[in-house]
Amino acid sequence: MKREFTYLGILVILLVAFPAVAGAYALSVATLILYFAYTGQAWNVMMGFAGQLSLGHSIYVGVAAYAAGAMFYHWGIGPWAGLWVAIALCVALGLAIGFLAFRFGISGVYFALLTIAFAEFTRIGFDHLDWLGGPGGMFLKVAQRDSIDLLNFRGPPVMYYYAMLALAASAFIACFLLLKSKAGYYWQAIRENEEAAQALGINVFRWKMLAMAISSGMTAIAGVFFAFYYNNLFPEQIFNISRSIEIILGPVIGGVGTLFGPILGAAVLTLLSDGITEALAALGWEIPGIKQVFYGVVLLAVVMFLPNGIWPALARRLGLNRDLGR
Amino acid sequence: MSLDLVANVVIAGVLTGLVYGLMALGLSVIFGVVRVVNFAHGEMMTVAMYAATLLFGALKLDPFLAMLPVAAAFFVLGYALQKGLINPFITRPEHSQFMLLVALAIILVNGLLLVFGPDARNVQVDYQLESFELGRILVDKARLYAAGAAVVTAAGLFLFFRRTLTGKAIRACADNHLGAKVVGLNVKHLYALTFGLGSVCLAVAGCAMVVLVDVTPGLGPYYTLLAFVIVIVGGLGSMAGALLGGVLIGASEALAGLFIVPSAKSMFSFGLLILVLLFRPQGLLGKRP
Repeated sequence: MKREFTYLGILVILLVAFPAVAGAYALSVATLILYFAYTGQAWNVMMGFAGQLSLGHSIYVGVAAYAAGAMFYHWGIGPWAGLWVAIALCVALGLAIGFLAFRFGISGVYFALLTIAFAEFTRIGFDHLDWLGGPGGMFLKVAQRDSIDLLNFRGPPVMYYYAMLALAASAFIACFLLLKSKAGYYWQAIRENEEAAQALGINVFRWKMLAMAISSGMTAIAGVFFAFYYNNLFPEQIFNISRSIEIILGPVIGGVGTLFGPILGAAVLTLLSDGITEALAALGWEIPGIKQVFYGVVLLAVVMFLPNGIWPALARRLGLNRDLGR
Repeated sequence: MSLDLVANVVIAGVLTGLVYGLMALGLSVIFGVVRVVNFAHGEMMTVAMYAATLLFGALKLDPFLAMLPVAAAFFVLGYALQKGLINPFITRPEHSQFMLLVALAIILVNGLLLVFGPDARNVQVDYQLESFELGRILVDKARLYAAGAAVVTAAGLFLFFRRTLTGKAIRACADNHLGAKVVGLNVKHLYALTFGLGSVCLAVAGCAMVVLVDVTPGLGPYYTLLAFVIVIVGGLGSMAGALLGGVLIGASEALAGLFIVPSAKSMFSFGLLILVLLFRPQGLLGKRP
C-alpha cells in the first residue's frame, strides 16, 4: 500500500499546484475532469459497490441544480442554504425511487430502465414548469469573475477549480472509508450475489437504500456546483439521458468498483474528447458529427478490449494494487 | 370537442402505434432470446428510415417496396452485428453491454449527421394526402398501409417462431441457454439469427414510419426510449405484449396530444411506464421471470 500512497501524494500536489501553471482553457478542462471524477465516484457507490445499475443519475444533478438555482434566482438565497435543500430533495427522491424499485423486487435491466423513465419523466415535467423557466431555461445572475464571493459561490475560475478538487478528493476519501466499513462489505456481498447475501441475514433492502441515499446525495452536490458554475439551466440539457451516460462513462471506462477508475476514466474521456476536437480543427475537418463518431469508436474499442476498464490493466503494469479499495 | 375528432385521433394513434409496436417487437425478441437490451435500437431504425429516403430519392422506389431490400440488408447487418460485436459480450455484466450499445448508438447518430446533415428528410408519395372515409371517420391511407405492413411482418415473425424448426430452436435457447447447448444447438448462430430478425422488424418499421414522419438524425434516441417504454408496458420478451404496448402508447400519445399540451405527450407514456413497472413489473402480457 505504501507505493500507492506515494503516488497519490504526488498526484494531489500536482493538482493543487496546477492552476499556477495552467491557462484559462486548461483550467476549465481540469475542472470538468474533476467534476466527472466526482459524479463518477457518486455513481460508483450505486453500481460499483452495491451493484445497482442506475442509468438516470442526471435526475439528481438536475433537481439539485434547479433547487439551489431557483432559491437563488427567486429569493436571492445563496447556495450554502440551497445546498442542503438540494441534498435533502435528492436523497428523498433517491429513496423514493429506491423504495419503489427494491420493494417490488425490480433489479438489473428493469431497474436501469426505471431510472431512465424517472429521469425522462422529470425532464418533460420541468419543461412545463414555467416557474423554473420551462424549456427557455433559467439564467442565474452572471458571476463576478474578478473577486471571490464565497458566500454566494461567485468568483474566478480558479475558485471553482479548487472547489471541485476539494469535492473530488473528499469523495475519494469517503468512498475509501465506505468500502472499508460494514456497509461497504455488505454492498459488495450484495453486488456479488444478492440471494446469498440475503441468506446470510443481510437486510438487502436497507443496504441498497443506503447506497441510493449516499449516491443521490453526493450527486446533488455536483448539481448545485453545476448551477453556479454554468449559470444557465435547461431541462432539455441537464436531464438528458446523454448527461446520465456521461456520468457513467468515466467509471465504466476507468474501472467499475475501483476507487481510481472514476478519476482516471474522467481524465481519459475529457482529454480524449478535447484532443479529438483539436486534432480535427488542426486538420480542418470540422463537420458536425465527426467528433462524436471518433469518440464512439474509441469507446467501442475500450469496452471491447479492456472489459474491466483502464485502471485494472494500468495498475497491473505499474505493479500497483489493482484492487486498491475494491 | 366532438366525438368524431376523438375517434379519428384514437384510430390514427392506434395505427401509428402498430408501427411502434413492430419496432418494439424487434427489441423484445432480441431481449427475450439474447438477454441484451439493444440501446441502439432507435438509432438503427433511423438508419432504415434514411435508407428508404435514399432509395426513394435515387430510384423513386416506394417505401413499401423499399422494405424488401432494406429488410434483407438489415438482416445481414443484424446477423453480423451479433456475431461480431455482441456475442462476446453476452456473458459480461449489464453495464458492459450497455456501454457497447451506447457506443454503437453514438456512432450511428453522428454518422447519420455526418452523411446527411441535420436537416429533416422525407419521402413524398401521392397517397400521403388521401384517406378512406368510413362514415364520418377519416383514415389516412398512408397510416393504414403502414399499420398493415407492421401487422403482416409481426404475423410472419410469430408464425416463424411457432411453426418452423429454427424458430422453435430459438425459443429453446431463450427458455434454457444451457439446455439448448446440451442438445447440440448452435446457440451463437441462433442468437445472430435472432438479432437479424429483430433488425428486420426495425427495417420494416423504419420504412413504414418514413411515410408518416420526417426523419432527422436526432430521432434515434427518441425512438430508443419509446421502444423501451413499449416493451416494458407490454412485457419484455412477449411478442403480443410489444404490439399491445405499441397500440396503447400510440393511442395514449395521440390523446394526450389532443387533451393536454402536445409536447407533454411523452410524459404520459413515461408515467404509464413507471406505473406498470411498479405494479406489474413483468409488463401487461409478460410472465414473471
